[in-house]
Amino acid sequence: MKLASIKALLLFALLGVSIPAKAVITIEITEGAEGAIPVAVVPFDSSKLPIKLKADVAEIVSNNLNRSGVFEVLDQAQYPARPHYSKQVSYPQWRARGMEFIVIGRILNKNDGQLDVQFQLLDVLKQKQLLGYSFPVRLRNLRSTAHEISDLIYEKITGVRGAFNTRIAFISAQQNQSRKYVLQVADTDGFNPQTVLESDEPLMSPSWSPDGQSLAYVSFENKRPEIFIQHLSTAKRSKISGFKGINGAPNWSPDGKRLALVLSKDRSPDIYTMEVATKRLTRLTRHRAIDTEPVWTPDGNSIIFTSDRSGGPQLYEISISGGQPKRLTFEGSYNSAADLSPDGKNIVMVYGDRGRYQIAQLQRESGNLITLTDNTLDESPSFSPNGRMVLYASTQGNKGVLYMVSLDGRSKYKLSDQAGDIREPVWGPYKKLR
Amino acid sequence: MNKLIGVIAISALFVTGCATQDDAFDAQTEQDAAAAAQQADTAQQQAQPIVGSDTEASALTDDVLTAQELLEEADSPLASRVIYFAYDSAKIDDDSLGLLEAHGNFVAGNGNVSVRLEGHADERGSREYNIGLGDRRAQSVRRILLFQGASSDQIDTISYGEEQPAMLGHDESSWSKNRRVELIYQVN
Repeated sequence: MKLASIKALLLFALLGVSIPAKAVITIEITEGAEGAIPVAVVPFDSSKLPIKLKADVAEIVSNNLNRSGVFEVLDQAQYPARPHYSKQVSYPQWRARGMEFIVIGRILNKNDGQLDVQFQLLDVLKQKQLLGYSFPVRLRNLRSTAHEISDLIYEKITGVRGAFNTRIAFISAQQNQSRKYVLQVADTDGFNPQTVLESDEPLMSPSWSPDGQSLAYVSFENKRPEIFIQHLSTAKRSKISGFKGINGAPNWSPDGKRLALVLSKDRSPDIYTMEVATKRLTRLTRHRAIDTEPVWTPDGNSIIFTSDRSGGPQLYEISISGGQPKRLTFEGSYNSAADLSPDGKNIVMVYGDRGRYQIAQLQRESGNLITLTDNTLDESPSFSPNGRMVLYASTQGNKGVLYMVSLDGRSKYKLSDQAGDIREPVWGPYKKLR
Repeated sequence: MNKLIGVIAISALFVTGCATQDDAFDAQTEQDAAAAAQQADTAQQQAQPIVGSDTEASALTDDVLTAQELLEEADSPLASRVIYFAYDSAKIDDDSLGLLEAHGNFVAGNGNVSVRLEGHADERGSREYNIGLGDRRAQSVRRILLFQGASSDQIDTISYGEEQPAMLGHDESSWSKNRRVELIYQVN
């Protein structure tokens, strides 16, 4: 048997090694947000630096705020002035433009090869500073700092923690002459794409460990599906499940100690949990139907999964101590691939009805079902760590593309790759725990 | 980018069979042993008709084709090695049933042949569910081959779900070609 060509790659950003921020992914805002909060983000002053910066902090922040659906950033051409310090700000000018908030900043040279990125968030109506920070930053981390600034602004104004300074993982495939599958991670705006693993056999179902240090995924490198865990910064990987039949759909428990997974070693696909350290298995479901796509509830006490035990695929919930699964979805002929919001109150899933497959949100308390997308082949929904955005895959022409939609449906944008067919996006956890 | 390639470290791969995995793989071994025992039984039951047919076969020695030759015959039913399915279904229709009976007889009559059943699904819906669906289709085909007398150790099944479409279009004409099980033969 020919072994698949497979390469596991180190992730440099996590080690702090510099690589150029090459944008394979471009962003297109497909639906603007009505009633968004008007903000101005003045280009930061970097005239005192001996070099020209490649990353434009104000632009990164503006794009982030626009994409959230919560803010609408005023076009720079309409700025009445370009202040960099609060004492230069004439509030009435900005008020006349309808602005509620203004972000200003400057990037200074520190003597030890670091930059000093300073920014202030100003309340135009109250004419006072809401936030003021100074970040010592290495040049290569400037984009990450811009995302961190975006998070601080988002949180100060909305009261919800921002999730811009996080990463996403996805699979990119080339289906032409030679097939190639690539597991990648990137910033949430699509920049800094980095290859985790390349294979000429399918890669599937990436799942982030809760600490953001590792990914579990399915690889067909040995001509059958097996589950691997790979530590991102060292590229160390190990096969964790290689039973006969299906080894699929790994999903990390909230405490990082277990994986939920699908095995068909005992005939039809069933849900199991595996203790990562000992590989000890516990079988949760026992049914001749297809049971798959397990996800943990945030409290770690139960698992939501897809099963076609009632006919078509629907979502069920089972306690991790076992027992009878409870059916959760009743609307639509096809409900699968659930992801849970961090507060556990919302489920997003693939909702199929009359030949259309869309992303829908199920509000657990009320039972309300709301479709978030309007394409026909949408799949793989994944919540942002603050529960406000949903990342998912759709199809355009013969290619898979990624979209993000706000949970209120007010904003939607596309992350598109020129080269590959992108699918199975998963949003990673916060970089810093609180 | 050059700089990037220069410092890429390719890690040692295929970390398998470590001591910590023993528990997981012991269970597998047990299962394999049980399966092998079951297969041994099946083989004995099958031995009967093969012996019986020997007398007839001796007169036809010149005309007996090897398994390889049978597989290469263009107008044989064995030349059709893809079974198609309806949406979200693993049901085998009557035409396919006839075809699979021919394949089953062939596998049963040629102990040196093994077949890998690769199940596939169309792109609609979620990917891991489609892995389940491709598996269910491969199992449907497997059951028929076993019923025709093929031995379970001649058959391997795998599901690729929607990961390896035969056609890349996004309509029923492509989807109907992607909902399939492919029979991949090996003559040992």
